[in-house]
Amino acid sequence: MSRQTEAPDSLTIQSLDENAGLWRRFKQSRFAFAVRHNPLSLLGLFILALLIAMVVAPEWFTQHNPTMLNLRTKFISPGADHPFGTDHMGIDIFSRVVYAARTTIWVVCVVLSIATGLGFLVGSTAAYVGGRVDSVLMRLTDVWMAFPSLVLAIALNAALGRGLFQTVIAVGFSWWPSYARLVRAQVLSVKNEEYVLAARALGASHFRIIARHVIRNGFDPIIVNITIDVGFVALATAGLSFLGLGIEPPTPEWGRMVAEGRDYLLDQWWASTFPGLALFMFVVGFNLLGEIVRDWLDPSNVGRR
Amino acid sequence: MGEYVLRRLYQALWVLIAVTVVTFFISNLLPGDPALSRAGQFATKEQVAKTRKLLGLDQPLHIQYFKYMQRLLSGDLGLSITSRQPVLKELRDFFPATLELTIAAFCFTLSIGVPLGILAGSTKSRWLKSTIITGSLIGVGIPVFWAGLVFQLVFAGRLDLLPLAGRLTLTVPPPPSVTNMYLIDSVLAGQWDTFKDALHHLILPAFTLSLGQIGAMARTTNSAVSSVIHRDYVRTAHAKGLASRKVLWAHVLRNALLPVVTVLGLYVAFMLNGALLIEIIFSWGGLGTYAWIGIFRNDITVIMGVTLTASLTFMFVNLVIDLTYPFLDPRIQYG
Repeated sequence: MSRQTEAPDSLTIQSLDENAGLWRRFKQSRFAFAVRHNPLSLLGLFILALLIAMVVAPEWFTQHNPTMLNLRTKFISPGADHPFGTDHMGIDIFSRVVYAARTTIWVVCVVLSIATGLGFLVGSTAAYVGGRVDSVLMRLTDVWMAFPSLVLAIALNAALGRGLFQTVIAVGFSWWPSYARLVRAQVLSVKNEEYVLAARALGASHFRIIARHVIRNGFDPIIVNITIDVGFVALATAGLSFLGLGIEPPTPEWGRMVAEGRDYLLDQWWASTFPGLALFMFVVGFNLLGEIVRDWLDPSNVGRR
Repeated sequence: MGEYVLRRLYQALWVLIAVTVVTFFISNLLPGDPALSRAGQFATKEQVAKTRKLLGLDQPLHIQYFKYMQRLLSGDLGLSITSRQPVLKELRDFFPATLELTIAAFCFTLSIGVPLGILAGSTKSRWLKSTIITGSLIGVGIPVFWAGLVFQLVFAGRLDLLPLAGRLTLTVPPPPSVTNMYLIDSVLAGQWDTFKDALHHLILPAFTLSLGQIGAMARTTNSAVSSVIHRDYVRTAHAKGLASRKVLWAHVLRNALLPVVTVLGLYVAFMLNGALLIEIIFSWGGLGTYAWIGIFRNDITVIMGVTLTASLTFMFVNLVIDLTYPFLDPRIQYG
């Protein structure tokens, strides 16, 4: 009898204990540390969540069509029906700002794929092969860095013709050198670690060593860099579309919208202000996320308070 | 030391060659046959071939490149397709405006960003430090072209404190052209009213351009100062009874600011990027405006002229910074 009453008791205590353990473990986790270390980074998480929602289901946010023009609703100032007002074509700006998140994410993904891909290729080859190959590749990287990226993008746009595709390619191709340097530094730092030497002694191929051992262990700073770069790539491509290079008008895009609103700036301030604000939040958000990721990945932060 | 200078110059030469190779190839990537368009719509095959020969387009690429370099070195950047003016002459009008803007922005960066960074790095108040660091994030993340518009809206449109755009008020004639930088030219000519007007017009675009760099500079300086401030020699300096200000200047900053100098070159690239956008917003007749005109008229010689000027400026500034570095830090050995 006494055992029967005891059993559930100990069970509850145990599960309570388990919960407490989980909570404590969470509190001591690097993630929690990262957030506590920099409470503002919660804003970064919030912006990320909002952005994902905007990309996945923009129709949750707005019922308006982001591309249908209606000249009767031209330049309505911000209010209940149009929280951000309407633009010179009578389109609801809020809906355009929401749908533009998709454009931006798409563009950023392509640019960063090109940049990291090329960077990995050049950087890891340079570091792993070393010697002459290393110095030639790194000299090439230095030279490439000598072009201010926007100027290079403009030049490529002029040569390849104007368009979104050209802009994305141009930004991607002007962005790789920093990744090449970073990857090279990371590969160099783990190249002579014992586990890499052990893998080589066991007869692993170069490709396998790079892919499984080197990259995995030198990956953290690159992840941090990519996170922060998401914002900066968005900034660069928005700058180009502000110049009229890139996205064609009906597609909503933040930089392009700022440019369109510019002509009506003094009287219809909302047309440029809100899209620019969205871009601003995007960049700040990914900067903050970068800091979270940095604290999170740093193994020296385990259990710190 | 002498060897270091030579090596650095040698490296710069390679960058120069590479930059021109890239601009050469981009000009040659152009879709369409220049000989065909030059010879005209109704040209016969022989006429086209003749034009091709005349333009040197029948020769192998490396010979074409050498010809191209020859022309560049003699200062011939080609004629603008639309205005029929030599690009070099037009650049001489436009480039100083960008230079003036960039230098002013640099002054803002140094006079605001560095003190903020020093303050954040040396203060004991956690609150102040995190406020500055968070605030600098605003500068780093703000889209310059948007910031420019917001400033125009607020300071020119609503408050009417500063002029909206342009380099001078329309009624003010530009000073006699010497350097084409209005501030310098007006001083040289002794026209103080023009100087004041030009300065007034410069503030808003230069501040906008410097925003991102102020943020980045504050962050860099902060981490540099923070990494030095707990060193033993700083503690020793305090312990021997030096005044805090003296410790900061003689021991902390002397060592902390060296790495800050190395990033200055990088900032020039960011500034050139930013200037391209800001000039258009503020109707600032510089390189960016010129590039914009080139883009919209599909004028490839203009765009290549801008590309060359911007990359060579960047290369030159970095060279100068690298060459002054050994003077600032005698410890460094270059081998």
